[in-house]
Amino acid sequence: MSSATALPLPTMPDQHGHFGRYGGMFVPETLMAALNELSAEYDKARKDPAFQAELNRLLHEYVGRPTPLYLAERWTEKLGGARVYLKREDLLHTGAHKINNALGQALLALRLGKKRIIAETGAGQHGVATATVCARFGFECVIYMGKVDMERQALNVARMRFLGAEVRAVTAGQATLKEAVNEAMRDWVTNVRTTHYILGSALGSHPFPMMVRDFHRVIGVEARRQILEREERLPDLLVACVGGGSNSIGLFHPFLNDEGVKMMGVEAGGEGILPEKHAARFQGGRLGVLQGTKTWLLANEDGQIELTHSVSAGLDYAAIGPEHAWLHDQGRVEYTFATDDEALDAFQELSREEGIIPALESSHAIAYVKKIAPTMAKDQIIIANLSGRGDKDVAQAARMIFGEELKF
Amino acid sequence: MSPSTNRIDTRFAQLQAEGKRAFVAYVAAGDPDLERTVDVVLALERAGADIVELGLPFSDPLADGVVNQLAADRALRAGATTAGVLEMIRKLREQSQIPLVLFTYLNPVYTYGYEQFHHDAAAAGADGILVLDLPPEEASENPEIRPTAELRHIQLIAPTSPVERIKTIAGLAEGFVYYVSREGVTGAQTEVAGGIAEQVALIKSATKVPVCVGFGISSPEQAAAVAGMSDGVVVGSAIVKLVGKHGADADLPHRIEAFVKPLVQAVKAV
Repeated sequence: MSSATALPLPTMPDQHGHFGRYGGMFVPETLMAALNELSAEYDKARKDPAFQAELNRLLHEYVGRPTPLYLAERWTEKLGGARVYLKREDLLHTGAHKINNALGQALLALRLGKKRIIAETGAGQHGVATATVCARFGFECVIYMGKVDMERQALNVARMRFLGAEVRAVTAGQATLKEAVNEAMRDWVTNVRTTHYILGSALGSHPFPMMVRDFHRVIGVEARRQILEREERLPDLLVACVGGGSNSIGLFHPFLNDEGVKMMGVEAGGEGILPEKHAARFQGGRLGVLQGTKTWLLANEDGQIELTHSVSAGLDYAAIGPEHAWLHDQGRVEYTFATDDEALDAFQELSREEGIIPALESSHAIAYVKKIAPTMAKDQIIIANLSGRGDKDVAQAARMIFGEELKF
Repeated sequence: MSPSTNRIDTRFAQLQAEGKRAFVAYVAAGDPDLERTVDVVLALERAGADIVELGLPFSDPLADGVVNQLAADRALRAGATTAGVLEMIRKLREQSQIPLVLFTYLNPVYTYGYEQFHHDAAAAGADGILVLDLPPEEASENPEIRPTAELRHIQLIAPTSPVERIKTIAGLAEGFVYYVSREGVTGAQTEVAGGIAEQVALIKSATKVPVCVGFGISSPEQAAAVAGMSDGVVVGSAIVKLVGKHGADADLPHRIEAFVKPLVQAVKAV
């Protein structure tokens, strides 16, 4: 059975959620009491062996942990460089890493006595994971989703509805993930006494960036143990895509003290680094405050949040998680980007070479591996996080690659 | 600016001497456009408003309801910028000395430069500021967002704020305290929330500044009821809705004046 507590508890952030100059609790007073209550309860839960045992039991029996660390032999041979391992989060129940966090927060909601759950979703994976755990625990579930995302992720909308969730379309602004977060926050402000908000990424106000990271650390904890068992040494490079940054922080975090392990976060380069055409916050972004946290974000010279674009709904967001901003400053993690075209290309390559259809989000990480692996020596090791499977993206990819409209 | 010359403080001192309650109106700056915002504020003053809160528009106003969100959208689409709003205040000051509070989110202020914004806003003629997503803890933990003495920092207290927190926030209050009478985002409600008198009394035990109550007040009856329990009443979304509906009409200022006057009268009759 996997254990999220195999390594000592992390010391960052400080008690008010600051990662150096990033993070914090930049929220209206109407949410302060709920966030403080959540912080206090999470603090107890993370130190409570009974909570951790129940979480680990469900991660094993219901979610399917541990996930394999898979050596992509054929693809490695084709790339002709470093050995590429894939951390198979795509094999988890519901098809992506998101359920690690949704399950953890559902157990917290039980402790808080809150029986109504709300969540935002971009690609729909977090929405599906949340709807799933709500069905499992008998919670009422409302998912906020941008109208544009509902169209590009129709399959996940149907899944959430089958699972008993109400999916509310958000039409404001760009009608994608950022607007869905705004609506979920509004719901929470109004119903805070009865409702828990399961935020889906390592974003927003404290304690979310810390809590979401802690629930996903199991990815890196397992990967570290697995690679040591398999190769008897640590990897040279970790690669993961970064939207808000939950799957990447989950993989990276347990390796932060391992000096020789390089880490690369891959943001969405969209149609290229031009205003409103991408979602790469470290390319042309600026320091600011959005939706509860101080971090790097895409905004104009007046501080108004800019439109973003990515082929993958899960990376299409204007701000990056505050811990990533801090790790970027420290130089501990490097960040690059992959464009829509590169991601689509990687999507096809992994499907053909390994029989694994990756999510378009994860395809950004795959695209970077495709570029970097051939430049590395054959005795070097890469672990890439395959954060989700691509079933949800089939209709969109068919349209973009084959020019075909699929009918369901 | 010393306490005696800040327009907010001066106005409340007058009201206290007269035994009257304050009427605070909120509108989004730049809706329908910056030029007409001047007319809107002058109409509010003619209707008898004591203080005007001007929303400096932000693209992602998560503490606001749909009415104010749409107003911010309209303002941004009509070309409102931070510098433009300050310029509008400067023009307004040629015709009016009504106390003005800027009501906004941190990112536009942060991006402008927090201290620089305070300085320029005060120079333009603003008297106070309420940054919705800047709790007092963050203001003290981030050196680049330390409050300056140039503007009154209006604090917001919610029905969910615990007693200890209410005391801390009220202790920091300047100008007036804005008590949010309902859980939820800004927007018109049909009933007045309960427990207001008790909460106002608790806040007043921790601060000398007046306590105004808002969020969801839209009728003279509600305004009078709330005025009876506090030092003042804030009306926002109901006015913003009117601007949204009649923004293109030449008689917008008259409509605003006609709508606000009975609300003011109800508050002043208490």
